[in-house]
Amino acid sequence: MDVTFKIKRYDPEVEAPESYWQDFSLTLDDSATVLDGLIKIREDMDGTLSLRCSCRSAICGSCAMRINGHAGLACKMQVRLALDDDNVIIIEPAGVMPVVKDLVVDFDMFWSKIMEVDPYLRPEGTEPDAEYIASNEAMLHLSGVTACIMCGACVSDCTVMEVDPTFLGPAALAKAYRFTADPRDGDAQGVSRDRLEALNEPTGMWDCTRCAECVEVCPKGVAPMDRIMALREQAINAGFDNTYGARHAEAFSNSLEHSGQLDELRLVPNTVGVFNLPVLLNMAPEALRALTHGKLPPIIHKKIENADRVRKLFRRVEDPDRS
Amino acid sequence: MLEHDVLVIGAGLAGMRAAIAARAEGASVAIISKVHPVRSHSNAAQGGINAALTDRGDGWEDHAYDTVKGSDYLGDQDAIEVMCQSAGQALIDMEHFGVTFNRDDEGKLGTRAFGGQRRARTFFVGDFTGQAMLHVMFEQLIKSGVRRYEEWFVTGLIEEDGRVCGVTALEIRTGQVFVIRSKTVIFCTGGLGRLFEPSTNALIVTGDGMALAYNAGAQLMDMEMVQYHPTTLAGSGVLISEAARGEGAYLLDKNGERFMERYAPNMMELASRDVVSRAEQTELNAGNGVNGCVYLDCRHLGKALIMEKLSQIREIGIDLAGVDMITDTIPIRPGMHYMMGGIKTDVDGQTNLPGVYAAGECACVSVHGGNRLGANSLLDTIVFGQRSGVHAAQACRDQEYIEFDVEQAVRREERRIQEVIDRPQNGDRVGSVRLAMGESMNRNLAVYRDEAGMLETMHDLRGLKEKYTRVPVDNKNRVFNTDLVFALELGFMLDCAETIAVSALERKDSRGAQARTDYPNRDDENWMKHIVAVKGEEGPEISYSPVSITRWTPEERKY
Repeated sequence: MDVTFKIKRYDPEVEAPESYWQDFSLTLDDSATVLDGLIKIREDMDGTLSLRCSCRSAICGSCAMRINGHAGLACKMQVRLALDDDNVIIIEPAGVMPVVKDLVVDFDMFWSKIMEVDPYLRPEGTEPDAEYIASNEAMLHLSGVTACIMCGACVSDCTVMEVDPTFLGPAALAKAYRFTADPRDGDAQGVSRDRLEALNEPTGMWDCTRCAECVEVCPKGVAPMDRIMALREQAINAGFDNTYGARHAEAFSNSLEHSGQLDELRLVPNTVGVFNLPVLLNMAPEALRALTHGKLPPIIHKKIENADRVRKLFRRVEDPDRS
Repeated sequence: MLEHDVLVIGAGLAGMRAAIAARAEGASVAIISKVHPVRSHSNAAQGGINAALTDRGDGWEDHAYDTVKGSDYLGDQDAIEVMCQSAGQALIDMEHFGVTFNRDDEGKLGTRAFGGQRRARTFFVGDFTGQAMLHVMFEQLIKSGVRRYEEWFVTGLIEEDGRVCGVTALEIRTGQVFVIRSKTVIFCTGGLGRLFEPSTNALIVTGDGMALAYNAGAQLMDMEMVQYHPTTLAGSGVLISEAARGEGAYLLDKNGERFMERYAPNMMELASRDVVSRAEQTELNAGNGVNGCVYLDCRHLGKALIMEKLSQIREIGIDLAGVDMITDTIPIRPGMHYMMGGIKTDVDGQTNLPGVYAAGECACVSVHGGNRLGANSLLDTIVFGQRSGVHAAQACRDQEYIEFDVEQAVRREERRIQEVIDRPQNGDRVGSVRLAMGESMNRNLAVYRDEAGMLETMHDLRGLKEKYTRVPVDNKNRVFNTDLVFALELGFMLDCAETIAVSALERKDSRGAQARTDYPNRDDENWMKHIVAVKGEEGPEISYSPVSITRWTPEERKY
């Protein structure tokens, strides 16, 4: 098939470097992957094209890049499935991380986030002589997370990291979950209190906005966002229920359960604390701006019709056996 | 000044294990790798790692015997004993490090069956055991405090007074050349799969370490022993794990017949790899395949088992060949997979060069002999990685850094690299020279070999080496110049290719992975010995090394 690869390129060694688009027209087998195409360009057409790639089978994590606007592995995507009506495919470097050259991005930030979660097993008790005894289910569950190949696709397309570089991000938080969910990590019950406490801090588990982009783009089915949600539950269960994040979640849920819709006005004081004047005063200018622009939520919060049915739903979720 | 007691080259499983062990001995340690450690090719090991755990009735002697027999009696039995005796503890260490091995009903480590072994002793994480182990090893590397040079490419060794005392390396991100001094060097650079086209191996597997060591005078042993894996995917040649057959998959010819009945009536699909690959090739040569492939049939294993234990290779089949193993058979064929040969070492990783060690696929201890058993390669990396790390660290204690003119060494290497970059643009391209080499190797040094074919490849290689001196580099800049790296790798590959062809021509019998149609039988009287290649004036010079036989007398191999 005859296709056009539209590639975003960047050469840091010219004066005033800027990224630019370059088209390559080539003929590929119908079964070719995006990586096959890029290698053909690099080998036969233009050796100056830089990209990372190695295994060709979605296990080394080298070739994450944006393909038609979304992060993915070039070796896992078949060209024929990614073409538009004019047989064009658009290739850009991964997002969030700075570009080094062409499709190569700087992973320093990615790895520094991983390092922040102390990424190695920390058992608190004495090591057994033989293996730790653990259920196959627990290990299979963990293997769903350790299947992460650190390709950076989730970080590339994380909508929080794009605007807030302090966020730990989906890869590091999934990595953290890999330890908090490991029965061998932490105390004798397998609870990793120190980890959960640290991850509770701002920039941690509560900063995810649940946009689910990371779940969409992960080539290995790790579903980082789901792991972040599981971390939140672990933290609350471990007794860390008096944090902004936990209280925000609780206030959110209380409001819904009570009235069937969100009481936005009271969400903030209920999260930070009604008597937490410094923080509340800090937010006053924002509230004022909202007021003058007619965007302040209604002062009097009303129940929706049939709010009792929402309450019933809550009861069914909380105690499925009874209903 | 960059200097470390121990410098490990390559950050796959063997390299990281060596670095962690050397650090634990108190040495100052650095590890240098042309890719980030978790991108290393250890990732590709799918099926598992062998160990005989005594608490479930297995014994290391049984594992050792299976390994000796699998090697077609070319493996050194003293080294195999060391590996198999160390396996249990090495495996438990990995579990304690955090590897999420599948469990049995009692919560202990679970096993699966693997080729060439009489009992199930392969421990595994789904079908991505290598990746799971590699990432955990990287976690331990972080914890250990070893200095990491990530995405640095070693371009040469520095020798002074007959001793290797450092390396020159290119920091790929900046294009700058550095010298790193060290008292000892451990090569853990992996195999050389890209010498062959196709191959299951990753694009980075280019024999760098073997070539660097060879050019510095190291001995390369068993280089004729190139493993062709029985199940590589049609088209791309990507690996489909032996775990599929371990879990019960069949091999079928075009008529749906399980042809292994005729080649290995007892072990069937789980005979050792050389045996199965030969059977497939024989069937293909007899016209019993379709489009150069036979079929791997997993359909009867059922969706639940496939999703739990073989999900990654299922994805590969879907992504790369458009077949779903739950409902379809997978077209497969023998494909180049693993190098049994490599830098000759003793059981502590020591080579014939003082201060130089090697471990993992780039080394030849020799525990695999003529044919490696599946799931023995992960074991090899962690056992001999650890041993070489410990030994290299201890050897540093009475060793001073050797003084040499670092600035001059940097300038000399910069000049050499600049000459490569400055070549005129009219020569054959790197990609086309590599492809010609790969196709020639795959034509004549594959499952079946004969003298005429191998001589043809020798001739091809001479021509390609000549062309290599003129391959152009498009990219004249410094930052992330992969074009330059590929050109330098091609030189390493051609050096290794020559040693393979010469060693294979030398061995005039059929043993393990070497099956010669002109010498079809194993000839223990004349060829029960290792072939050793060292660099000479006019290419590789051959000598022999005896095979260690401790307790298992060579006999005919039947599966």
